[in-house]
Amino acid sequence: MENIVIIGNGIAGVSAARHIRKLSDKRIIIVSAETDYFFSRTALMYVYMGHMKFGHIQPYENWFWEKNNIELVRGYVNKADTANKQLILDGSRALQYDKLIIATGSKPNKFGWPGQDLHGVQGLYSKQDLDLLEVNAPNKDVCKRAVIVGGGLIGIELAEMLRSRDIPVTFLVRESSFWNGVLPEGESQLINDHIKEHHIDLRLSTNLKKIVAGEDGRVKSVVIEETGEELACNMVGLTAGVTPNIDFLKDSGIELGRGVKVNRHLETNIKDVYAIGDCAEQHEAIGNRRPIEAVWYTGRMMGETVAQTICGNKIEYKPGHWFNSAKFLDVEYQTYGWVFGARGKKDYEEQFHWRHPSEKLCVTVSFNKNNKKFLGINTFGIRMRHEIFDRWLTEERDVDFVMEHLADANFDPEFYKQYEKEIIAKFNSDFNKSIESKKKSLKRIFQFN
Amino acid sequence: MSTYDRSMALTGQPPVTLSRNQKIATLIGFFGLAIILLAAFNVDFPNKGLWLSISLAAITAGTIWFSWDMYSKKEPGIKNDGVWFKSVSSKGFWGWIAGIALTSFYIILYFYPEYLGLVAKGDNKGVIGLFDPLSRVLSGNPASQWFVYGTLYTVAILAFGIKFLWKYRHNRYERIRTMSVMFFQTAFAFIIPEVMARLNGTSVLNGGKLPYYDLKLVWPLNYYNFEKYRISDFLSAGNIGLVLLIFGVLSILVITPILTYKYGKRWYCSWVCGCGGLAETAGDSFRQLSDKTVKAWNVERWVVHSVVVFVTLMTTAVVYSYLGNDTSKYWLTKTTFLVSVAVILTAIFAWVMLFKREQLQKDAQYGAIGYMVIILALIGMHFLSGDGNVFLFKSGTLRKSYSFLIGSIFSGVIGTGFYPIFGNRVWCRFGCPMAAILGFQQRLFSKFRITTNGGQCISCGNCSTYCEMGIDVRAYAQKGENIVRSSCVGCGICSAVCPRGVLKLENGPLEGRIDSNQVLLGNDVDLMTLVNKK
Repeated sequence: MENIVIIGNGIAGVSAARHIRKLSDKRIIIVSAETDYFFSRTALMYVYMGHMKFGHIQPYENWFWEKNNIELVRGYVNKADTANKQLILDGSRALQYDKLIIATGSKPNKFGWPGQDLHGVQGLYSKQDLDLLEVNAPNKDVCKRAVIVGGGLIGIELAEMLRSRDIPVTFLVRESSFWNGVLPEGESQLINDHIKEHHIDLRLSTNLKKIVAGEDGRVKSVVIEETGEELACNMVGLTAGVTPNIDFLKDSGIELGRGVKVNRHLETNIKDVYAIGDCAEQHEAIGNRRPIEAVWYTGRMMGETVAQTICGNKIEYKPGHWFNSAKFLDVEYQTYGWVFGARGKKDYEEQFHWRHPSEKLCVTVSFNKNNKKFLGINTFGIRMRHEIFDRWLTEERDVDFVMEHLADANFDPEFYKQYEKEIIAKFNSDFNKSIESKKKSLKRIFQFN
Repeated sequence: MSTYDRSMALTGQPPVTLSRNQKIATLIGFFGLAIILLAAFNVDFPNKGLWLSISLAAITAGTIWFSWDMYSKKEPGIKNDGVWFKSVSSKGFWGWIAGIALTSFYIILYFYPEYLGLVAKGDNKGVIGLFDPLSRVLSGNPASQWFVYGTLYTVAILAFGIKFLWKYRHNRYERIRTMSVMFFQTAFAFIIPEVMARLNGTSVLNGGKLPYYDLKLVWPLNYYNFEKYRISDFLSAGNIGLVLLIFGVLSILVITPILTYKYGKRWYCSWVCGCGGLAETAGDSFRQLSDKTVKAWNVERWVVHSVVVFVTLMTTAVVYSYLGNDTSKYWLTKTTFLVSVAVILTAIFAWVMLFKREQLQKDAQYGAIGYMVIILALIGMHFLSGDGNVFLFKSGTLRKSYSFLIGSIFSGVIGTGFYPIFGNRVWCRFGCPMAAILGFQQRLFSKFRITTNGGQCISCGNCSTYCEMGIDVRAYAQKGENIVRSSCVGCGICSAVCPRGVLKLENGPLEGRIDSNQVLLGNDVDLMTLVNKK
């Protein structure tokens, strides 16, 4: 019986295991140094905030693994010996494999700041990071101020977490506006405003110079590059992005870039070794995607894909239309298709932006200025129906069609106020059109007769 | 255990600490409760009307002030910070204390009302005496333990309803739904029946009297509705009585199936019902305590459906016991009645087995067949064994056991008393026969579903954790499947707490409602064809 070993029990590795089990009776072993059981990494924040206990963020009950004959091994892989097809665990144990799937995820970036390894300085990625945060910032008496470095999704989550325990937070963001490398200007502004509403000390265009140690060897303060200002703090969160967690593969003979290099079949340069999820790097980016996609959904899709290949239906990783979502404090964000921030904006891309005068709601629609083809949409505070946008992107609808049928795509709970009229009125006046909003039609949404 | 347990200690850190406002509000609320407690120990208040008003006002004001301080200063949004750190909402010390206090109250209320001051002949004393003035204003009669209970129940729904409105002020579905349960409790459960009692003996009712009737209660929730004394009352009260009796029968046979078909059982369970109303308002802080394991789900299905069988048998036996044998006196005789019950049940059973069988899991089919056999066997045995007892038991015994086990112990003592231990919908989930019947309609024949938004689920678990009915919502959402579960009461909280906008309660076409092959969007179509291959 073929022996499949998966390193990493995150969403990518577990999706691969589940789908291999659906398709075959191969022996499946998942190795993890982090936790005994799979948990939802994106939900770690809710444990610190007291919304859930750690057990709640484990999607399967503990009996699930034995029932499905998926073996779980707790251990740290030091080395992959691809010549002998074996892994070395915890410096001693050897584990043989016939096929190896590397799904080790990421680790927080550190850019060589002085003091970045002091006690009280940490990232937020793993279960261990969460436990460490309970030591570094259990309450506002132990942690009188926290400084967060890096304005991305993890940074704002960490800020929200610390604020839930009333810990004062200073948020250093290199960019001139929050996450504007990804978000168009209007949206980024809206989030800036919202961060301040939550009493977070947001410092834009601000870089970290160094982290200063106190006499006890713990972090005492940080110094800001631009102004030289020294901010006293008891905890520093480093949230300037993540890098593939692949140091243990250095001498394995597996081709590495920033991540594990894979082809479209998610195969590495070595036979029977595959890489999926955050740690995999495509030789060439797929469409507008990045070569390394550190996103929950792509990890899941790669897991599903590699399972097919391993079970004999060799197929390429062909992700469909891009989508993603996040929540910035109280504001939900969804995106379908491609809407770029100022930095990545294509020369053919034109954007329409609507923002509610008082509520934290906005929409950005991007389209091709030459042929009016709809390219993508970002929404803040308004939920949209994935299936509808996926359909419209596949059917290559033009932007006028999308605006006209916007009500069909709304996914807000019942009785919520609808804003299609206001959005379309702004669109009409911006582009000198006279589109009228069509009423929501269940027939169109569910495509039945 | 690991370090995060530290914050579970009673160290008094945010978000667990009380602010000064919250402390004062707690004091005021407990002052109101203290008046009632003193009355329970037979402190004779001089001006009862005044003291009762002060007490109820203090309880209400304390609750409202507390929640105003808790929510109004924060941005609108999900307010679950520290839920699992606070001992009252995480089965800690205060949770158990609250559970024991509530349970004791229910035991006294149901079985020892004399300790609350109920006096059979003569003036009430104690707590019930304290409530006499209010009762006289409404119905003209002195209070009973049920009036005290009803008043406190209504106050709880109103005060905690306002708390809920603040907590979810960003969510219109939750707000409208909560205003609906507040309205139905105050008007239908509390005021209208009391006022209806004033009509008794008047010419409007031809000099007859109506039984106490909360119009929003439907059989089998008011399992006593067709008992002999109530039927005689209905028939004594002229046309109005007759209309109400017919309404009672139509409620279960016609009105509920239609509304459940259109909107799912939520139209009742989380918009109208009083038990649901209390669970959604006063019980909201305990919704995360429901058990989500597959094991609990199995127990739930057997227990709740057994209650349905029990109540059906019991009601049939009770009605049977007072019907006559003589067709010339009344068209509905013992035999006609039993045969029609058997026919209706067989028709429903046959319809499900013929048209909806593929929607039931194997064990549900076995269960249905088993129950059907039991009921038909009992009816058959009855005809073979001749007259005497109904279904081998005395109908009175059957009725008494039901009222004791289900009506009192399950719905009250366990159902509400154990809010802080088992969660706020224990009764609705494991015990309520009405919820089971509506759930049956919802699962097999309704437009309602919770739609999963393509591939956006991140398996975080907020939906499952905050599902008061113990549904593992995430198990469906992460596969891209719609959630169509008979137990779902449509409270909408899973959708509210979802950080990624994945869930939406909606009424749509029957076709494709339960779609176990839901394509997870994001992948290309070839892969999805392979993934969905069984």
